[in-house]
Amino acid sequence: MSARFLAPILVGLVMLVLWEAVVRTAAIPPYVLPGPILIAKTLVSDWSTLWPALIITLEITMQALAAAVIVGVALAILFSLSRWIELSFFPYAIILQVTPIVAIAPLIIAWVDDVNLSLLICAWLVAFFPILSNTVLGLRSVDRNLLDLFELYGAGRWRTLIDLRLPAALPYFLGGLRISGGLALIGAVVAEFVAGSGGRESGLAYRILESGYQLKIPRMFAALVLISLAGIAIYLLLSLLSHLLLRRWHESALSAEG
Amino acid sequence: MRLVGVRDVSKDFANGVRALEGTSLDIEAGEFLSVLGPSGCGKSTLLRLIAGLAQPTSGTIEWPSGRPDLGFVFQEPTLMPWTTALANVALPLKLAGVARSEREARAAEALGHVGLAGFERSYPRELSGGMKMRVSIARALVTEPKLLLMDEPFAALDEITRRRLNTDLLDLWQRTRFTAVFVTHSVFESVFLSQRIAVMSARPGRVLSELAIPAAYPRTEAFGTSAEYAALCRLTSAQLSEALAA
Repeated sequence: MSARFLAPILVGLVMLVLWEAVVRTAAIPPYVLPGPILIAKTLVSDWSTLWPALIITLEITMQALAAAVIVGVALAILFSLSRWIELSFFPYAIILQVTPIVAIAPLIIAWVDDVNLSLLICAWLVAFFPILSNTVLGLRSVDRNLLDLFELYGAGRWRTLIDLRLPAALPYFLGGLRISGGLALIGAVVAEFVAGSGGRESGLAYRILESGYQLKIPRMFAALVLISLAGIAIYLLLSLLSHLLLRRWHESALSAEG
Repeated sequence: MRLVGVRDVSKDFANGVRALEGTSLDIEAGEFLSVLGPSGCGKSTLLRLIAGLAQPTSGTIEWPSGRPDLGFVFQEPTLMPWTTALANVALPLKLAGVARSEREARAAEALGHVGLAGFERSYPRELSGGMKMRVSIARALVTEPKLLLMDEPFAALDEITRRRLNTDLLDLWQRTRFTAVFVTHSVFESVFLSQRIAVMSARPGRVLSELAIPAAYPRTEAFGTSAEYAALCRLTSAQLSEALAA
């Protein structure tokens, strides 16, 4: 294993040991700051509560990400086909992006009866913009000469889109997707926080809230750990997807020996 | 037989720059014509007008016997990096609706003609600069066009690669006899390749003089070192200097 993996793992281990040592020597009570060993134990003992919660949060995240991909790419294509549509609608996409989700989540939850759907909408709102803006950028960053070439051979808009613009935009789209993956998770968690229990099934954020009320701080940390791990897993998966799709041709996926 | 007639063509860009002014040029079917001029003289613009990629501000471009199929080679190889050499070469056929098996067979043949048999499955990034340019030429020739327009295609290549490509290009031209219009700023390249050279003035560009290069084909490395070649280069240089002074 290279230093690339060893170094961060070593740093992590040292931090965990320090944390445990501080908690023990200063005798900090677990309801203020639990040590990593206690958190790990809680993760195991409360698994039956935490695992279903994780699945719920991940379901919302994945659905939101899928919706973000579909809507983001579709809008980007529409924008690339018509300058007027882009000029008319892009500012509103930006407004959606810059409005803090915590501020509009209560509205959405109030307006939409189905809690799951309202959570999905919140997570989607946060996730879709990077895909939209990156894909728009990618669809526009096509080699001018290749565009001329397609024109020379009489390719219509549709052919040019399929055979030239979309493949050229792929690296940009995948970059946006990696950002959106993390944002979808954040959006889902934030929306769950705002929604509170929301009734029947509840995700990780609700478990964190609940643990806070009940002063079950170790469980709160365990849920936090799960959210972080889920975020890392999403990032790694999307990076792998990106690598697999680009490794034959794109600079970003080339190994050093080229 | 005249293939293209450029008649008193001017071209202004949107930013107000006049690229071409009152340019006229005849291109004969089957000839190898070079358009020689300094950088920024509107050579590329002239080529784009002939290709139909831009419209003249005034003047006309005539096609006495109809507009033929044409191929275009850009300054850069302009390949699609996400696909193989074969698929890149097959692109014009794909856009023309040729069936997959046929277009791949023809693309493989075209790659063979430029000396790249065996590189069908390579991606552009796996090829050298000269090889990429060969793929680009194969793509331009895969439709068997009557007219091949080349916009300083070898300008970015090293001297050795450029010489080889010059010889190979002449070889291809002699075998298939397409009409070649070759834009360059190199006196040596234009004399080596062409039957006729159109010399352009600095911006706003127009064709100031034409001169014939009567040397016989095939032109080999030996021609490139002959006294005849040196004399023709001297003559052409003098014409170019005159064009720059005008």
